[in-house]
Amino acid sequence: MSALEVCDLTLSFGGISALSGVSIVAADGQITAVIGPNGAGKTSFFNVVSGFYRPTAGRVLLDGRDITALPPHRRPALGIARTFQNIALFHGMTVLDNIKLGAHTQLQTGLFGAGLFLGHARREEAELTRRIQSDVAGFLELDTHADKEVQDLPYGLQRRVELARALAARPKLLLLDEPVAGMNREEKQAMSRLILDIRRQWGTTILLIEHDMGMVMDLSDHVAVLNFGRCIATGTPDEMGRNQEVISAYLGEPGAPLAGQAA
Amino acid sequence: MSGLQVFLEYTLAGIATGGVYTLVGLGFVLVFKASGVFNFAMGDMMMAGAYTFYLCAVVFDLHWAVALLIAVVFSCALAWLIERTVLRRMMGQPVIAVVMATFGIGFVLRGIAAIAFGSEAYQLPALLPRAPFFIGDIMLPGKSVRGFVLTTGLCGAIILFLRYSRAGIALRATAADQITAYAMGINVRRVFALTWMAAAAIGTVAGVIAASVTSLTPDLGTIGLNVLGVVILGGLNSVGGVIVAGLFIGWLEAMTAAYLPGDIREITPYIAVLAMLMIRPYGLFGTRPVERI
Ligand SMILES: Nc1ncnc2c1ncn2[C@@H]1O[C@H](COP(=O)(O)OP(=O)(O)OP(=O)(O)O)[C@@H](O)[C@H]1O
Ligand SMILES: [Mg+2]
Repeated sequence: MSALEVCDLTLSFGGISALSGVSIVAADGQITAVIGPNGAGKTSFFNVVSGFYRPTAGRVLLDGRDITALPPHRRPALGIARTFQNIALFHGMTVLDNIKLGAHTQLQTGLFGAGLFLGHARREEAELTRRIQSDVAGFLELDTHADKEVQDLPYGLQRRVELARALAARPKLLLLDEPVAGMNREEKQAMSRLILDIRRQWGTTILLIEHDMGMVMDLSDHVAVLNFGRCIATGTPDEMGRNQEVISAYLGEPGAPLAGQAA
Repeated sequence: MSGLQVFLEYTLAGIATGGVYTLVGLGFVLVFKASGVFNFAMGDMMMAGAYTFYLCAVVFDLHWAVALLIAVVFSCALAWLIERTVLRRMMGQPVIAVVMATFGIGFVLRGIAAIAFGSEAYQLPALLPRAPFFIGDIMLPGKSVRGFVLTTGLCGAIILFLRYSRAGIALRATAADQITAYAMGINVRRVFALTWMAAAAIGTVAGVIAASVTSLTPDLGTIGLNVLGVVILGGLNSVGGVIVAGLFIGWLEAMTAAYLPGDIREITPYIAVLAMLMIRPYGLFGTRPVERI
């Protein structure tokens, strides 16, 4: 079964077409890597899935339900969560508050009701805090940092807080946009293990944008290759390694060899 | 009276006035934090709330607490309407356009008040008893002291709300990063509406306190101008800064009233603000570069 299915996605900005006729399927509980040179349209694809960009044409189906026109703030409630290529944490707030915001839509009490902070809202809030501290923060080894403000953490930990925030809502579909960019080898390995653990523990369907081919080969069940806004190939990691069009797309891009490091 | 007594009396009275500045300033800061819009209609929203209170308390002769509640509810509804009809339509426009719209809203509110009530000054009922307070030998105007107590309570409530309530946390998240807040499922537009309503509610309380200390005219909102200085001094996005700055400007005004000739009193706070901005362009506690207007 496919958790996410996009059909014939087209997205243009004025004259530039960021995506043209892209169809990608993410199978339930699998890790699907989205790769391609810089500017290929990978982040744009994520932005369509999370609702920031409205596609010019095409459809986005989540568990068979058409969500193409759903505004972004309604999507987390359906089980979509993401991290950003450029870490997008809420500065001036603690690690715990940041993570809790990831589960914002899971709470029953609305914004106005929660404003009063009475009875039910309060219990629900306390329960959420407890759950996050025991599951998510513990899982990602962030418990000792819970009360620090996020901007004071080192880069690698900030990425992990972002991941924790995305996990707080126990998403069905997790979009990770270059989760190891700027990390050293050890940090990359730790993050790779985390991603596999997430899938094992919660059966989350994961879409992963990554430039590091080694990591893509190790982690993904399935790969989709974008180039100049087109999906030029899909298949298993091994198939992609042998695909001439994929190889030349990468060779056309200096500094991003197929088997090499991040671009 | 000894010199020390004069100093203390004016200090306390000044801090009491500063409390009103702080409240109105918080109204500014809430809206600015969330949406980056500098709400020039804040002073006039405060005036509108005070007139509603006057209508309920004097014309319809309701108990003051009931009147205050009705006034708060009414101004929240008004703010919601303004947000819905004017500001939401302007989302995505340059901030300066939205700021000009708040100017316009202020003018309209003032115009309506002038047509409905004339420019005559009304006395509000003695919401706060007049009886003076004594601390030792020092006599303090009763209204100011009670107004200050009310203000402090309200400021405390706002701080707790922002720090611990989910709506407060959603507001801070929106302030920190709108797009990401949206991605977390926060209904950013609802947060904007909420800040406008909160600002209106706070403004109403401040307006009633201010008008009951002096009197009620359509120009009550010009206090907003003094408060402009306060929020710039404190930092447009800093709750703590605006509290300190509000009290400080109130105190400074009282000091100049006590020791300097009349005319200088009017401009001293602005001189202080200017001097401050030369040293710290983002205000005492302002953190991020603030949109120039
Ligand atoms: N909001 C936007 N407005 C205009 N053009 C955009 C916008 N977002 C993306 N684009 C364009 O769409 C194309 C694809 O960009 P995108 O960010 O999706 O690439 P990417 O594959 O994520 O690249 P990278 O590996 O560098 O992150 C680029 O040409 C980019 O300039
Ligand atoms: Mg990208």
